[in-house]
Amino acid sequence: MRRFDYTRAETVHDAVVALASNPDAQLLAGGTNLVDLMKYDVARPGAIIDINRLPLKDIEELPDGGLRIGALVSNSALAYDERVKERFRLLSSAILAGASPQLRNAATTGGNLLQRTRCYYFYDPSTPCNKREPGTGCSAIGGVNRIHAILGASDKCIAVHPSDMCVALAALGATVEVEGPDGNRDIDFADFHRLPGEHPERDNTLQAGEMVIALRIARNHFNRNYTYLKLRDRLSYAFALVSVAAAMEVVEGQIVDLRIALGGVAHKPWRNALAEAEFAGQEANEATFMQVADRLLSGAEGQGHNDFKIPLAEKAIIRALKQAAAGRPQDQVVKAIQ
Amino acid sequence: MDSALLGSGLPTCSVNISINGENRSLDIPPWVTLLDLLRGPLELTGTKKGCDHGQCGACTVLINGERVNSCLKLAVSLDGAEVTTIEGLGTPDNLHPMQKAFVEHDAFQCGYCTPGQICSAVGLVKEGRARSRADIRELMSGNLCRCGAYSNIADAIEEVLGAEAAQPYKEAAE
Repeated sequence: MRRFDYTRAETVHDAVVALASNPDAQLLAGGTNLVDLMKYDVARPGAIIDINRLPLKDIEELPDGGLRIGALVSNSALAYDERVKERFRLLSSAILAGASPQLRNAATTGGNLLQRTRCYYFYDPSTPCNKREPGTGCSAIGGVNRIHAILGASDKCIAVHPSDMCVALAALGATVEVEGPDGNRDIDFADFHRLPGEHPERDNTLQAGEMVIALRIARNHFNRNYTYLKLRDRLSYAFALVSVAAAMEVVEGQIVDLRIALGGVAHKPWRNALAEAEFAGQEANEATFMQVADRLLSGAEGQGHNDFKIPLAEKAIIRALKQAAAGRPQDQVVKAIQ
Repeated sequence: MDSALLGSGLPTCSVNISINGENRSLDIPPWVTLLDLLRGPLELTGTKKGCDHGQCGACTVLINGERVNSCLKLAVSLDGAEVTTIEGLGTPDNLHPMQKAFVEHDAFQCGYCTPGQICSAVGLVKEGRARSRADIRELMSGNLCRCGAYSNIADAIEEVLGAEAAQPYKEAAE
């Protein structure tokens, strides 16, 4: 690991000032991704600002019955919080579909949003990668690309965002609170992560010197008809090839409100809110769910090794919507898919 | 004394970490992971380095009672923390119930992943969320065993969980 300067921030303001004043600095929270990237010489911060002492470890009640989740709440604490288990079951389920208990104990809410892709080439500094070193090219295009994007990719990058938690947050429509040198602002979850376009080195829309402070999730009606369905190479402790966070409000067999986001298929959690709205009032049945899959996967394109993801995603969407409609969410312990 | 073992001339930070109940004041370079601190200067080689990337679980220890991959924790970030390693759970003459169960159930072959498996299993019991064999398997999925001793590992944990339900034991490290 390369040498770096280390400081501990005692206040959010200190952290933001330190981050804004040094373009070579990075924040350290749980470390489960950053320390790994530093070992691979992919992340090369000249300075580490340890934010683990900041008072961002609480889950607070919001007036509407929603929750405000501090950026340093661990993935375990969040998934097992009684209020989250009761009010945001989709979120709890998605978190428990990811990583391992050890990693979830260390990994934080903010860190989960900011984790980098697991593209093999991004992790290998001996290969060209536009995300790691802009302008060098994309080794995955025409290379080994089984785990790569089928939606929203560019000719600069076909990497996917690796998070499970973020797929649920996209479906639920969370809000990201950030603080920067110019004060605080909110970012809609849909606008937080970005597609690669011409600048795959930028995973998200944070400005220089900004840090994630908290997430807010509003109360919703999705705690009966929801599921997080994750398909991967082994049953646990693996990143998604395709995952689906589905939630709906169903009244007398008709969809009132539909939310669906995909993981493992794009540079960000893939959601199409406009398409969702078109299905309001339709029957919650297989014919409708096939149309949802069609709409969501419109424009999907394989890269060769990952061509299988297109039919896999189609089937996963339909199955997840059936699970959600039936009120039978995917069990993250017993992995059989009903 | 500890800092001398890490070599002189490098920039260091001061941290206080309780390791297996003993308070240690350490001056360490910030890029040293907890795993390397344990196995190097502190000579606690029970904790194993497998992948060194959070993918195998061999380095699992308990930090403030929670199981964590020590390879991904910078030691400098653990000021004030309490760390328990396999050495802090039991001794050959006074095995922790989980260690005893692993021996009785032949829950290992080469033994390399075992300290991590046992620390992880102790964390699992403490969390109190495993209710079934399937829960045990899922909640132990962060610990790989290339010898494939999984079924015996699950047997050992199941026995301790059963005993725990009947009569809670006090952690040896406490």
